[in-house]
Amino acid sequence: MTDVASPGPDARSAIYVRGTFVPPSPPPGSTVGPFGWAHKNLFSSPFNIAATILTALFLAWVVPPLLDWLIFDAVWTGENREACLPVDGREVGACWAWVQAKFGQILYGRYPLDQRWRVDLTALLFVAGLVPLAIPKVPYKRENTILMLTAFPVAAFILLYGGFGLPVVETALWGGLLVTLVVAVTGIVASLPLGILLALGRRSKLPIVKTVSVIFIEFWRGVPLITVLFMASVMLPLFLPSGVNFDKLLRALIGVALFSAAYMAETVRGGLQAIPKGQYEAAAAMGLGYWQSMRLVILPQALKIVIPGIVNSFISLFKDTSLVLIIGLFDVLGIIQLNFSDANWSAPTVPATGFVFAAIVFWIFCFGMSRYSQYMERRLETGHRR
Amino acid sequence: MTLRDAAPSTPLSGQRGSGSSWLYDPTIRGIVFQVLLVVGLALFGWWVVHNTIVNLRAANIASGFDFLSTRAGYDIAQKPIDYTIDDTHGRAFLVGLLNTLVVAAIGVVLATVLGFLVGIARLSPNWLLAKVASVYVETFRNIPLLLQLLFWYKAVLSVLPGPRQGLALPMGSNLSNRGLIIPRPVIGEGFELVVGAVAVALAAAFGLSRWARARQMATGQSFPSGLAGLALVVLLPTFAYVLAGMPITLEYPELKGFNFAGGLVLKPEFMALLLGLTIYTASFIAEVVRAGVLAVSHGQTEAAYALGLRPSRTLRLVIVPQAMRVIIPPLTSQYLNLTKNSSLAVAVGYPDLVAVFAGSTLNITGRAVEVIFITMSVYLVISLLTAAFMNWFNARVALIER
Repeated sequence: MTDVASPGPDARSAIYVRGTFVPPSPPPGSTVGPFGWAHKNLFSSPFNIAATILTALFLAWVVPPLLDWLIFDAVWTGENREACLPVDGREVGACWAWVQAKFGQILYGRYPLDQRWRVDLTALLFVAGLVPLAIPKVPYKRENTILMLTAFPVAAFILLYGGFGLPVVETALWGGLLVTLVVAVTGIVASLPLGILLALGRRSKLPIVKTVSVIFIEFWRGVPLITVLFMASVMLPLFLPSGVNFDKLLRALIGVALFSAAYMAETVRGGLQAIPKGQYEAAAAMGLGYWQSMRLVILPQALKIVIPGIVNSFISLFKDTSLVLIIGLFDVLGIIQLNFSDANWSAPTVPATGFVFAAIVFWIFCFGMSRYSQYMERRLETGHRR
Repeated sequence: MTLRDAAPSTPLSGQRGSGSSWLYDPTIRGIVFQVLLVVGLALFGWWVVHNTIVNLRAANIASGFDFLSTRAGYDIAQKPIDYTIDDTHGRAFLVGLLNTLVVAAIGVVLATVLGFLVGIARLSPNWLLAKVASVYVETFRNIPLLLQLLFWYKAVLSVLPGPRQGLALPMGSNLSNRGLIIPRPVIGEGFELVVGAVAVALAAAFGLSRWARARQMATGQSFPSGLAGLALVVLLPTFAYVLAGMPITLEYPELKGFNFAGGLVLKPEFMALLLGLTIYTASFIAEVVRAGVLAVSHGQTEAAYALGLRPSRTLRLVIVPQAMRVIIPPLTSQYLNLTKNSSLAVAVGYPDLVAVFAGSTLNITGRAVEVIFITMSVYLVISLLTAAFMNWFNARVALIER
């Protein structure tokens, strides 16, 4: 009986007991490898099989013409419209040669050629300031933020507009990605402090402060951005004393900043509401006043929670910047549209190429930012939320 | 100087006693602060109004809303109601508003259908289908709507061949650079009977479902009220339709010369706007739906199975009601976004409220302040009505927790 308890090579009393382990047999072929994967994910049930076949047919219908247009039939090099004309029944896809020819304009608009280094330098400064802020491990966040919110805007303004020995470049000459980024970044930076104030106001116990904040927020959130831009471009000059003439870009910036401040306020309010009440009470118990407790206890936590929300509002603001073309500014989309009328490059596929290129530019920015926002969301998941 | 006005709980600071000056009394501070705010806002408002009046006077622009009853003098491409060039600006405003509502209503329906399909496809166990749905969502969500609208309008619909070489579709429809032409249903005599039948069938189906629920509550016996109701709603109007002598006839478009005559024309501007709004908003709705379904914990499904519910009933009775509670608030805000985004119609030349009123009327009359004020008010009213409905709905469906 004891042999059963300790089977082994020397368990002679029961020779039918194996001395060695059976090597594990491989799993059934239908559950591993590409075949098993396909079985599980594509052909597990009749309904699933039907879905796979229909989707595959759909892809076969959509993808090859798309690839042909984008790559195989596309024109990659050329000097003028001749390259992109469908002569002798030739299939012509995207006219990338046009993008190549207009690339400088798409980036800078009509910014003078010999001054474009200023835009490049601004972009370099911006990236140099932003990247350390975006990577959580890099220290000196506070100093960096202050620098980005104070020194950088001044430097960027001088570099882009002029002054201090640099020749002035009128904003009417700005365009392309430059305008898109200027509008989006200014909008978000200006809307952050205003949004925080409005969010605090909306949660305030003072009835008038609260009412004013609610009215302000709900007004801007209730109207489309395009009417805001119309208002900024048509009515703002009327509101100011006569003689004060506003730059068109500045008018759009004011409209965009007010509009996005309302959305920012709601984002920040979400963060404020997510802070447990105990934090407010603890701050009060420490003897902190309202502004002290907000500045030292509540806002640092609340703003950290809403970083993904802020990035998301930045994404929608970035997409919305394309609307400035309706009031006559030339952002990426505007400058691309403007260039459709170039007779040197009038070919049937040029408009589609331009729009697809603009779409790719916007997509890269927005998708990148949304991924970053998801990454931050995962990182910040510290169980604070209720 | 600190303001102790809105600190969540500063009972002590209010009772500093007689030693402290009233400077530190939070109530007094709050009042002072609010008075300052009101005075500041009033001054700012007065300054703006004053400047506006001065500027308007200097530019010799009259003000007031009397322009609404003067002759508009421009035509509108799409008119849901009768409108001629001699009608008033007020009537033009109405046409624009109706055009906005038409495109928003159709867009909402289409975007909901597409969005739900894509959202569910993204959750599908089928890898290929889920990936295609993800690619759809991630592509169209990250491209500005204006760009999509211009793409559909200028790069797709405008470069289609003319009507003679247009793409022939079934039932005499035709897709060309003049738009999509489809057969037009012409309503003949006796149609009231069909409408009446639909109303009766709906009422009967509603009553049936109430009766069935009451009976199930009382006796436990179930009745396929959904199926019976559907049969009622389909069969009764069909019967009435045949009985009335088939009052709906289709008017097929016919090619005459260089264009089509008859039929219903969906103009390229309208199609581009609808296509763009639908595709863009559907990508957001898909995410809303996905989040809603994922928000119902798996334990709910398991509990339903443990109670012996079949998968279809689990879906219908357990998962969907709970998911809808999560889905509906963000869904409404997407509907609102779609309505507000329909103002981009001005970029593709669809005569919506902004294009007609804040475009043509503003340019003709020069009454910028009044026109922008009216336009913004319309959107604001739509938003506030939707928000009010949402609050009511949320209060109705909110979980009553312990």
